[in-house]
Amino acid sequence: MSILRVKAITKKEFIQVGRDTFSLLMAFLMPVMLLVIFGYAITLDVNKIRTVVYDQDKSSESRELISRFRDCGYFTVEAYLDNHLDIDSNLDSGNAFAAIWIPRDFSKKLQARIDSPIQIILDGSDSNTATIAQGYILAITEEYNAKFRGVRAVPLVDARIRVWYNTELKSRNFIVPGLIAVIMSVIVALLTSLTIAREWERGTMEQLISTPVKTSELILGKLIPYFVIGLIDTLVAIGMSVFLFDVALRGSIVLLIALSSIFLFGSLSFGIFISIISKSQVLAAQMAMIGTFLPAFLLSGFMFAISNMPKPLQVLTYAVPARYFVSIVKSIFLKGSTLTMIGVEALLLVIYAVAVFMIANRKLAKRIM
Amino acid sequence: MIENDIAVQVRDLRRTFGSFVAVDNISLRVEKGEIFGFLGPNGAGKSTTIRMLCGLLKPTSGGGSVAGFDILSESESIKQSIGYMSQRFSLYDDLTIEENINFFSGIYNVPRQKRAERKDFILSISGLHERKEELTKNLPTGFKQRLALGCAVLHDPSILFLDEPTSGVDPMSRRNFWKLIYDMAGRGTTVFVTTHYMDEADYCGRLALIYRGKIVAEGTPADLRLRFMKQDVLEIPVDRPVEALESLEKEGLESAIFGSALHVVVDDAATEIPRIERILSAANIRAGKIEKILPSLEDVFVALIESS
Ligand SMILES: Nc1ncnc2c1ncn2[C@@H]1O[C@H](COP(=O)(O)OP(=O)(O)O)[C@@H](O)[C@H]1O
Ligand SMILES: [Mg+2]
Repeated sequence: MSILRVKAITKKEFIQVGRDTFSLLMAFLMPVMLLVIFGYAITLDVNKIRTVVYDQDKSSESRELISRFRDCGYFTVEAYLDNHLDIDSNLDSGNAFAAIWIPRDFSKKLQARIDSPIQIILDGSDSNTATIAQGYILAITEEYNAKFRGVRAVPLVDARIRVWYNTELKSRNFIVPGLIAVIMSVIVALLTSLTIAREWERGTMEQLISTPVKTSELILGKLIPYFVIGLIDTLVAIGMSVFLFDVALRGSIVLLIALSSIFLFGSLSFGIFISIISKSQVLAAQMAMIGTFLPAFLLSGFMFAISNMPKPLQVLTYAVPARYFVSIVKSIFLKGSTLTMIGVEALLLVIYAVAVFMIANRKLAKRIM
Repeated sequence: MIENDIAVQVRDLRRTFGSFVAVDNISLRVEKGEIFGFLGPNGAGKSTTIRMLCGLLKPTSGGGSVAGFDILSESESIKQSIGYMSQRFSLYDDLTIEENINFFSGIYNVPRQKRAERKDFILSISGLHERKEELTKNLPTGFKQRLALGCAVLHDPSILFLDEPTSGVDPMSRRNFWKLIYDMAGRGTTVFVTTHYMDEADYCGRLALIYRGKIVAEGTPADLRLRFMKQDVLEIPVDRPVEALESLEKEGLESAIFGSALHVVVDDAATEIPRIERILSAANIRAGKIEKILPSLEDVFVALIESS
């Protein structure tokens, strides 16, 4: 391994990125835009969840539960119904997003200290809002339970989700850290996926492979600039989360950055790997999108709770590195986790990064065919 | 085993792409310090051969050595001692001239104390001292080619492989480029150069003609003229060369178009000139004075290709 060669490649790559408007926009504007768009958009539409109430019990206990929903600020009670058929029509027409159904024996069971289920029906067509609403509902019933013990909310969709640690009940708190992870994996993989494909396309690769340069030097030299870009992006994203979105960073920033670096290294290697096998920029970009964007968005637990997914998809998420990183970022942000608490996820990221780098290195033959 | 004065030696080198044979069992031997020309029309297999010699492409069968290293097992060692300029311009368009030179200096591990001197050398052979801060994409082709040559010799390789370095370049720049090649050879570098311009054959010390993947002739330019051209070559200025060619070939005369004239190869000029005049006037083609000329290497190659 020659440091001089790695340095020459890194320098060249820096110059090229600096002169390429598309890469610069992708590298620096895109993450900020995604963070702003998702950070705000996702937060806005879960503020006032239109709710209808069908209270068959009409007791002081049921009224108290309803008022807790009303007063927390996330639900607006649109109507009090006196027929369960009206629940359907309200949800179907879009008039309400959620319905609370308190059965006749609610207070009686409560006083008898036996399980007293209420039914919550959510409009699942906007699953994102539904997921967030579930979180709120659980938190509210928990608080209520603290007083009465024994109330159990049974939403039609299973609701045991991450809101546990989001005590301020702000959806942003779990959207934004997850978003950092998604942006990191998508942007850097997309950027690097173009680098080697571009050299094949422009014919410069043929010149490069005629020189004594080693494949590991070539890959490393190309990784470093994008690693620096990725790290800057990470810092910007963390800064935006804390200062713009007011998400408190409970854990150690050093740990967060260290683990982000490992994840970045893996994502970058994956981008390079795609670049090597596709040999064309268009194909590389498409593969990077399919290979990182989709899994990171859909299967990482960032958008959709993994526990809500069909079993086969749940199994599939174990193969998505973004899953571990999303969970790491959320834990450090919201729980203040230390390395021992997220050691397994961190170790998996290290294994992933090293494995992908080695595969990429093997795949890059210094031959035309 | 490998003799010291041999730069390139290959035996029965063959490369197929699917069922298509691009290079068909060729054997070559290039001595140190030679300018070796590898001539052939487009698609003949020149680039495929040169890529196998540089270790960029695996031969399907056959083998040999370049700079004393085995082309099958020691391709990375070969890359230390050769310079290669691919057919397609392959410097970085979005880097300046100086940045390109710096990059390849780094890649070739040119020692720090020699870098300034090498850079200076390359800027002067490419005539780009004043323009070194310009983006490479803005350069005219002739300059680009000389810069590419410069970057390929940054590390002072013992063998230089040039794949059609003069294609798409104006005649003036082509001559300049050949001067550079002579300079390199004068410093002791072996030059292996391909071209499809037959008129460049005379610049080479020795050459091989490749056609459809096979070597059809090999030798010095003088050698080839003597060996393969026992017949006479006639030059006939005509007004409609394509039709003239057709009517002559119909009569079994081996002809080729050179600008607005035809070259016809005949066994005996004296008897054939009147016959050609008859054929052309029968076809209503106006012809100028028919003259016997000294065969060019191009004539030699046309004759060789037609007979192969
Ligand atoms: N990678 C490849 N795949 C398939 N066919 C190829 C490949 N490279 C070259 N060929 C074919 O091999 C023949 C020789 O090509 P090449 O060596 O480039 O010729 P030249 O350099 O003399 O013009 C051509 O017909 C070309 O189409
Ligand atoms: Mg060629």
